[in-house]
Amino acid sequence: MPTANSKLSQVFETREQEITDRWMEQQQASGRKLTAAEREQANRLSREFVRALKSALQRNNSGDISGADWAGVREFLVDLSSRRAKDGYTPRETASFVFSLKQPLFSALKNELGSDGKTLADEVWLATVLIDELGLLTTESYQKSREEVITRQQKELLELSTPVVRLWENILALPLIGTLDSARTQVVMQNLLEAIVQTRSDYAIIDITGVPVVDTLVAQHLLKTVAAARLMGADCLISGIRPQIAQTIIHLGVDLSDVTTKDTLADAFELALRRSGHKVVRQDAIPANAATR
Amino acid sequence: MAMRVVSAESLEIRVSDDVVLVRQAVRRKSIALGLGLVDQTKVVTASSELARNTLDYGGGGTAVLELVENGPRSGLRVTFEDQGPGIPDVNLALTDGYTTGNGMGLGLSGAKRLSHEFELWSKPGEGTRVSILRWK
Amino acid sequence: MERIPILKMGEYLLVTIQVDMHDRLALTLQDDLTGQIAKHRARGVLIDISALEIVDSFIGRMLASIASMAHLLDAETVVVGMQPAVAITLVELGLPMRGIRTALDVEKGMLALRSAILEAGQDGDARGIR
Repeated sequence: MPTANSKLSQVFETREQEITDRWMEQQQASGRKLTAAEREQANRLSREFVRALKSALQRNNSGDISGADWAGVREFLVDLSSRRAKDGYTPRETASFVFSLKQPLFSALKNELGSDGKTLADEVWLATVLIDELGLLTTESYQKSREEVITRQQKELLELSTPVVRLWENILALPLIGTLDSARTQVVMQNLLEAIVQTRSDYAIIDITGVPVVDTLVAQHLLKTVAAARLMGADCLISGIRPQIAQTIIHLGVDLSDVTTKDTLADAFELALRRSGHKVVRQDAIPANAATR
Repeated sequence: MAMRVVSAESLEIRVSDDVVLVRQAVRRKSIALGLGLVDQTKVVTASSELARNTLDYGGGGTAVLELVENGPRSGLRVTFEDQGPGIPDVNLALTDGYTTGNGMGLGLSGAKRLSHEFELWSKPGEGTRVSILRWK
Repeated sequence: MERIPILKMGEYLLVTIQVDMHDRLALTLQDDLTGQIAKHRARGVLIDISALEIVDSFIGRMLASIASMAHLLDAETVVVGMQPAVAITLVELGLPMRGIRTALDVEKGMLALRSAILEAGQDGDARGIR
């Protein structure tokens, strides 16, 4: 723990430019190839960070970076790692922004303290502890941002994987594929109801042919969606209930007597067409391989 | 449970306009918490039910809105309190409400269904306290 | 005193609820509507709730009451524009809401009213709106 006599603050005072320049060189040498614009941005960030470090050390050089005096420095690092996480920098690239500050800082200490071996050793140790703390903070922050990115991507994937299909003017279909968990089902159902409003559809067909297992929660969500659609003024049909699923639903005690169910999506579509006053008429079929002139 | 209260807001429920104010306050708090639209609607609706009960059956009272944290989870807790006549049979009120369509019972059981956590304390002659919580 | 306006369109009455109603306002609407149905011998009532972000049991029962009272006065009711979040919440709340006709929007609501009136055995549709 640095004492009140720590020279770190003083070194930053007198050798700010030296530290900054050396550090920028260090970053360029160890990092990946940067464009001119990226280099300019990195330099700007470096100058800013050194300035922030300088003022924080002036206010509080006890080594404790958790207080209000160091808020500016912490915010800077959280901001930096969050942006780097989103821009696809690796964890190493992000953390080395901070860790590469060690070498220039040690050089500056050596130049400042010269031949006073003992003091130099102490100060180098204090500087190491400080940079390590800041580096760890950066890494943790980067982790958190990466997790947020992944969560967002998962959500987008979820929305993409269950598209609502417009079968006809007033008829939507929601073909569900794969296993449904409670959370996914809720999101999917909300999307369906929104789609009903946006497309002004009178009918929505939820097809569960591609769903291997339906448990109580999912069955209840399905029922609630049908009830909600009705309240909004649309009608929900369920298609693709296979025998095993039908048995499960009965055993679970879920009451589907109020809901129109059909074997296949095609049957449900035909029913919806009829109910909405449409009639399908077959004209003379044009041969599939007829040439057009 | 080591629950930490991050912020608290208290409202009086004396007239029917106050029920609207409670709805608006709960809406603001749930937006601040970052709840999605459906979750917001659920907690505001549950609060509306309980605020109305407080007014109509409790003779008026208070609503306390709290943003809480329990470890990594954060949530919105709304507590309604009155010094009214109290509920003689709580279990009956909760189960009957739905079937008989009785105002107070339906509000209670409805609010319970719309919330993640529900606590009800009532003593005839002393009053009633209902607390609902929705986690993010 | 504030009131929710009721529009007369031929034989139909149109109500658009755009504010978060306190209970008194809701009860006033109920009274006003019943009065207007009788006064104009309206055949249909269309209630637009597309701007309502919250429908709790009180409002739900108000809508059901209006439908019942209208029916007694020989008029049919359709509630239109319920928001998805509201619908999901009402289902969760467990409010029956039986016997209330609903439609997605005003246009579909008008169509629903016409067929509801026909169903109820009215022949006044010949004078109705096309």
